[in-house]
Amino acid sequence: MPNTQISSQPKVRRLPSLRPNLIIGGLLATIVVSAVALSLVWTPYAPSEMHIADRLQGPSADYLLGTDHFGRDILSMVMIGGQNTLFASFVAVAIGVTVGTAIGLTASAFRGWVEELVMRGCDFLLAFPTILAAIMISAATGPGIHIAITAIVVYNIPVFARLTRGAANAIWARDYIAAARIAGKGRALISVRHVLPNVMNPIIVQTTISFSSAILAEAALSYLGLSVQPPAPSWGRMLNEAQPYLYQAPFLAVYPGIAIAISVFSFNLLGDGLRDLLDPKMSRAR
Amino acid sequence: MALLDIRNLTVGFDGPAGRVDLVRNVNLQIRRGEILGLLGESGSGKSLTAMAVLGLLPSRMKISGEILFQGTDLLGLSEAKLCKWRGNKLAMVFQEPLTALNPAHTIGRQVAEPLRLHKRLSRRQAHAAAVDLLARVGLPRPAERAGDFPHQLSGGQRQRVVIAIALACDPSLIIADEPTTALDTLVQRQIIELLVRLVEDMDAAMVLITHDVGLLAETADRVRVMYSGSIVESGPYDRVFEGPAHPYTRMLLQALPQGAAGTGAPLRPIPGRVPPPDCRPTGCSFRDRCPQAQADCERTPVPVELEPGHEAACLLLPQVVR
Amino acid sequence: MIAAIAKRILIWAVTIVVATLLIFLVLEILPGDIAQVLLGQEARPDTVAALRESLGLNLPAHVRYFDWIGGLVVGDMGTSYTYNVPVGTLIAERLSITIPLTLASIAASIVIALVLGIYSAVHHNRIGDYAVMALSQAGIAVPGFWLGLLLIVLFSVNLGWFPASGFPGWHSGMAEASYALVLPVVALSAAQAGVLTRVIRSSVLDVLSEDFVRTAKAKGLSGLGALYRHALRNAMIPVVTIMGLQFAHGLVGAIVIENVFSLPGLGSLLFQAINQRDLIVVKNVVVVLAILIISINFLIDLLYLAIDPRLR
Repeated sequence: MPNTQISSQPKVRRLPSLRPNLIIGGLLATIVVSAVALSLVWTPYAPSEMHIADRLQGPSADYLLGTDHFGRDILSMVMIGGQNTLFASFVAVAIGVTVGTAIGLTASAFRGWVEELVMRGCDFLLAFPTILAAIMISAATGPGIHIAITAIVVYNIPVFARLTRGAANAIWARDYIAAARIAGKGRALISVRHVLPNVMNPIIVQTTISFSSAILAEAALSYLGLSVQPPAPSWGRMLNEAQPYLYQAPFLAVYPGIAIAISVFSFNLLGDGLRDLLDPKMSRAR
Repeated sequence: MALLDIRNLTVGFDGPAGRVDLVRNVNLQIRRGEILGLLGESGSGKSLTAMAVLGLLPSRMKISGEILFQGTDLLGLSEAKLCKWRGNKLAMVFQEPLTALNPAHTIGRQVAEPLRLHKRLSRRQAHAAAVDLLARVGLPRPAERAGDFPHQLSGGQRQRVVIAIALACDPSLIIADEPTTALDTLVQRQIIELLVRLVEDMDAAMVLITHDVGLLAETADRVRVMYSGSIVESGPYDRVFEGPAHPYTRMLLQALPQGAAGTGAPLRPIPGRVPPPDCRPTGCSFRDRCPQAQADCERTPVPVELEPGHEAACLLLPQVVR
Repeated sequence: MIAAIAKRILIWAVTIVVATLLIFLVLEILPGDIAQVLLGQEARPDTVAALRESLGLNLPAHVRYFDWIGGLVVGDMGTSYTYNVPVGTLIAERLSITIPLTLASIAASIVIALVLGIYSAVHHNRIGDYAVMALSQAGIAVPGFWLGLLLIVLFSVNLGWFPASGFPGWHSGMAEASYALVLPVVALSAAQAGVLTRVIRSSVLDVLSEDFVRTAKAKGLSGLGALYRHALRNAMIPVVTIMGLQFAHGLVGAIVIENVFSLPGLGSLLFQAINQRDLIVVKNVVVVLAILIISINFLIDLLYLAIDPRLR
């Protein structure tokens, strides 16, 4: 049908719109990550250094983003505060991707009741929100960064298990898999050698998106006081500590929030851009 | 006066590398009671022509020419006015019955919808009329089946429902776009016979769009052959099939499994593909695939009347016809 | 149809049982000696032993589990260690804030998302579409609790239009009580509306390109008529699916937002209980939240059956 000609057109139109996603997302993510990386070796002030005389000051030449109620430099705290958030998100998503993908591959390789069990388990875990899981675990073991990591892992395992299983099932139906099976290769070998490389694209895209939702979750948990404990600074807790000073120093509530929003925004954009690039079939989903 | 009179219809869009025409200068007339076959390969522009008549082309498509339906130019009508014609006097039967029906509505409701819309029937009257229509298209136990959802029907039954929707308001013109492509061969014949019988009963007219030459046998009164957006040959069915004038029509007939109507000619598939509309050769767009092509074919062909009502657009015609 | 419903009821029941087992495991087995946790490390051993006895902690785990479940079934959740009132009463009281807050934010986000999502799909790849997409990205990226703080700074601190925090209670009148919930609802619905807008947009776009929408137009329905009568219902199928998740997020978001605006809902109860190590309250609040979420997902599943006849 002539549709072959018509349908080629939207793709042509979409091309210019996917580049900005990748470029802006990548740029912002680089800025966030480099600022946080820089804080490992240098910050304007030591984050715990108190200048009681200069407390609750607005932005100035000395303190670019102002000072908090102890007279600590906000810019330094924002830079360092990102360390815990990014670290927790990175570790949690890495574990989630690895375990979830392995489970998904296994489910797809064996099908039958294994697959059914895995999928029901995933449904169950997905219905259980990250923060609720975190609250429950922290009630049992006390707060700490491990709470954020565990909760984010628990959320991400089913996400990746489902995604991988769906994509892998489509690969198992291909002819070259049948050829490999006839050649006598085992399921595990086929999963790793043939299936995994072919399901990497959606996994990479989801990893980026999961990373941004992990940043959000960690920020919320540290705002609630369930993640990193004082005196280590974190974006979420800075916002919590800013709350009593909303009348005197409303700017305290601004910068850590901007840091969170930009981080989440950049990885979301990056994910959207990567999806357009790597996984065009899914480009409008979600 | 012709029921439908398409004059110089051109459909195109502004592509990245300039304007691309998908349908070029199409002229087509159909009278009441007539069945016109529109024949062509994928990409020849026949479905787009149909969509243009119903005003269902995407908005980015640029359309020029005239589409006179009962004397009114449909291209000049507002969307609201056009809606009063569509599904009413002007109906369409689609290619893929599964996707053409809404999976979330019962078939009875879908058949009743145009009646509610155009005839302003009450819900109950429309339902009764829908059951009658389902009976007319030969759906067994129509009263019960009206409550079924499309996924509960077979492919042939679904196409009958699509036909019932098209018939609902006694249209004067039915455009059937590859109505049997998605069906089994046996069912194909039944559906075509049904369509032809219904069109004759209603004294309506039908444009039957197909890529299948065999389907037009004993069906079409007249034929238009389209290639790469243009009509290359037109005439009464018998004339075109017994004495095809355009090299493309001849090759189409030779590609037919039965051979060119018992001449014993071997089955010869047409080499190559329809050229994409943005890289057609200059002059005759068939010349890349035409075995008789000559240097002269770089000029643009104009239709030549071979006998009353039989025309073909080929520069070599005097020699070809002999 | 009946078999399909029966299957979903079974899944619902099994999921709740698994959830209670998990909660029991994490909150009663994992922490070790609960009496010790409740009283703190400095408590005298005989006090701990007495509390252990009175809480029935010396009983085997399965007996304690069934005692708890039996109590849940008849509505007896035990007595709060710190408040010294029945936990059931405490939770019911707090739900009267959390539930309206959640429902209002979901309703608001659905209305916003329907308008923006459909608008955006109909104006696909035009400037309005890009604007809506940018807005929804911003809504997703801004954490609800931070938006809450910004709203307080703008509308309470600077403009003085709304109370910065607290809740006058429903007894002080619907109007005044609802007024205190306006900013929390806005903070809570922004992110949800962002996600939902994107889902609705892509779903409507998918359906608009379906053949049956073309059939509807060929019947003589106008573009909007086809959208309203044929596209929307079909486009709602994936949207309804995500509603269950949205409810879970809304409920949990409400718990966070209650802490921002100091609303005495389930969320603040949960955090007070955690800080005071009142594990009996924590356990039952979590189980109530879990049952709510699972039941909503169950209802969504039933709704799904009603919308999509292919599943029956």
